[in-house]
Amino acid sequence: MKGYNFAYLDEQTKRMIRRALLKAVAIPGHQVPFGSREMPLPYGWGTGGIQVTASVLGAGDVLKVIDQGADDTTNAVSIRRFFARTAGVRTTTRTADATLIQTRHRIPEKTLRDDQIIVYQVPQPEPLFRLEPSRVETRRMHGLADYGLMHVKLYEDIARFGQISISYDYPVMVNRRHLMSPSPIPAFDNPKMHRMPALQLFGAGREKRIYAIPPWTEVRSLDFDDHPFRAINAARPCGLCGATDAYLDEVVTDDRGGRLFVCSDTDHCAERRAAGHVGEEGLKEAAE
Amino acid sequence: MSQVVLQTDALDKSFTLHLQGGVRIPVLAGVGLDLQASECVVLSGPSGVGKSTLMRSLYGNYRAEAGRILIRHHGAMVDLANANPRTILAIRHETLGYVSQFLRVVPRVPALDVVAEVLIGRGASQEAARQAATDLLLRLNIPRRLHGLPPATFSGGEQQRVNLARGFIGRHPVLLLDEPTASLDAENRSVVVAMINEAKRSGIAIIAICHDTDVRDAIADRLFPLMPLQDAA
Amino acid sequence: MTDDTLLSARGLSLSFGANDALVGVDVDLWPGEMLAVVGESGSGKTTLLNVLSGRLVPDAGAVWYRDPAGKLHDVHAMPAPELRTLHRSDWGFVHQDPKQNLRMNVTAGGNVGERLMAQGARHYGNIREQAIDWLHQVEIDANRVDDLPRTFSGGMLQRLQIARTLVTHPRLVFMDEPTGSLDVSVQARLLDLIRTLVTRLKIAAVLVTHDIGVARLLAHRIMVMQRGRVVETGLTDQVLDDPQHPYTQLLVSSVLQA
Repeated sequence: MKGYNFAYLDEQTKRMIRRALLKAVAIPGHQVPFGSREMPLPYGWGTGGIQVTASVLGAGDVLKVIDQGADDTTNAVSIRRFFARTAGVRTTTRTADATLIQTRHRIPEKTLRDDQIIVYQVPQPEPLFRLEPSRVETRRMHGLADYGLMHVKLYEDIARFGQISISYDYPVMVNRRHLMSPSPIPAFDNPKMHRMPALQLFGAGREKRIYAIPPWTEVRSLDFDDHPFRAINAARPCGLCGATDAYLDEVVTDDRGGRLFVCSDTDHCAERRAAGHVGEEGLKEAAE
Repeated sequence: MSQVVLQTDALDKSFTLHLQGGVRIPVLAGVGLDLQASECVVLSGPSGVGKSTLMRSLYGNYRAEAGRILIRHHGAMVDLANANPRTILAIRHETLGYVSQFLRVVPRVPALDVVAEVLIGRGASQEAARQAATDLLLRLNIPRRLHGLPPATFSGGEQQRVNLARGFIGRHPVLLLDEPTASLDAENRSVVVAMINEAKRSGIAIIAICHDTDVRDAIADRLFPLMPLQDAA
Repeated sequence: MTDDTLLSARGLSLSFGANDALVGVDVDLWPGEMLAVVGESGSGKTTLLNVLSGRLVPDAGAVWYRDPAGKLHDVHAMPAPELRTLHRSDWGFVHQDPKQNLRMNVTAGGNVGERLMAQGARHYGNIREQAIDWLHQVEIDANRVDDLPRTFSGGMLQRLQIARTLVTHPRLVFMDEPTGSLDVSVQARLLDLIRTLVTRLKIAAVLVTHDIGVARLLAHRIMVMQRGRVVETGLTDQVLDDPQHPYTQLLVSSVLQA
């Protein structure tokens, strides 16, 4: 595209971001400040993720962009098209074919490979944000690995609700050292981060922070010995493909309380249906 | 042959009142007292001569100006006058007991526990300590219904009997008694005299201040007279 | 520096501009001993407490702490993480205002359990049990464990602060006027509690107070300060009943007897 550098950002900016990424990879889970640039979309729409993607994208990459697991929502489509136009790279909806995946609020169901990179869009990088308003204090807590406060929060949940009530953006301990916000992915997705073969990069544009988890790193969701972490999901299979171990979205189908539970990961669902799996809804359709 | 358990050597004590222009009041000069196991020495002399001052100095409550106060502690003679605070506290804990003229009340602590604390501090179980304390309070005619109450509301005589119970229960080898029977009626006076004589028989050495001549005659093996000093200008 | 001391300081001096807050102060504290530091406002007693606990750096002098293994540490030469760890485990600090040391939007149980969790306790049931046990020890009704401190009275808040501080069995506790902000009728209960806990747990403590009665009740030894200097130090009952220094005599004679 005329007038723009490859993938929109100038090379100096990419260099700055790559330096931040290297630092982030060297200290898994540690938040690295970076000079977040003005992007052609407002804060809150994925500018952090876009800047990270732009900095690591190469001409030979195959890019997939998902939003809440779907390739076909407005945001996913916009960002994918943005990179297609400014970088001319191949794009795909198939997880298996992608080399670089940018995601908002989900991790694909398919296990990623060690030749893939996943870039997360992060609204609030500070896991202690709601518990300790002072950034000076949270920086000190991270520096001293002083995370008692987060465990107090979990204790409070159990005391109040009988269980830990965090359902998304569930805090994790990376490499046994840094407390990290995994971004607002459902708690169900947390176990996928543990020893993932792919490189995981996180970008927060408005907050101007980058962090990373190198491949094969230990990532543990915080819990208590007698209240262990459980990945919770809707207790039913996907209505379209019958999957029982995928994260489901609840879709309202009519104004009479009709609901359909379908795989949030559209590629995963499509792949299963292509392979012949059919869910209840699909069976109903076939019967009609 | 009884051994010496307490001995003072050229003990001097004076008070300097800085708030009254630095006036110095000498009270004790060159006091040489010795005390043996199983005996009771009663300090005698006119009122204000320094009997209480001597007793408090022996306890370490007043600081001796000069001289030594030797006490047999764990088999060896230790100079209490020049000992550091931790040593003094250790001596008070195991060797030297003191029953002052008035009970200093600790708020909220029941009479029973005021007495039992001494034994609990030595490692006794709460049950055993409270049982011993109960027995002693009953002997001193403090009825059971008062045992659970803090002594602050007791009469002077009742408070003094709690004080005595606390002083005697520890079975310290050396015991200082300041007017032990002052606020007591005849019956309780004889209980205390009996306790003192029992203590003596068990080897405990006692120094007492006692204005009641009958009681003094009943407990004293000898008197130690104190002479008034001339006031310094 | 004697072999046995738990905490020692020599030659502590600190000035705030023209104000000499501390002048050549020496302190020794032995295990299991309670030392009261008394003086009027401006005496430097709170400054001394802050210097001893590492919260303020002196202009001159040093403070040494002997850890459970017997090793000596220079408190002000310690790296910040080490001092912070010390404050969360072996040491405690009881503030005059309990709100300074409590999380007001966290339940009583969470407040007491925090130090345990900071030290790595990871069993919810055990943490809660210990918290309830400690509430019981500070005479707070066990079924307040899930209540927020907002609903507690001043005396209860102070007792909660004490539970929160003592839960990790510190060997050394710094107390800054622990009954200072409480009504007189509530003070007695708190003092009795402190006395019992400190004796039973064999805790060493430095207690700053302007109230001589509190010092007499709680402390083995007493240090009297005037304008940044220590004027007299010794056995509590001896210093209070037979004061030698003119200032001590003034202090003692000024106390009103109830």
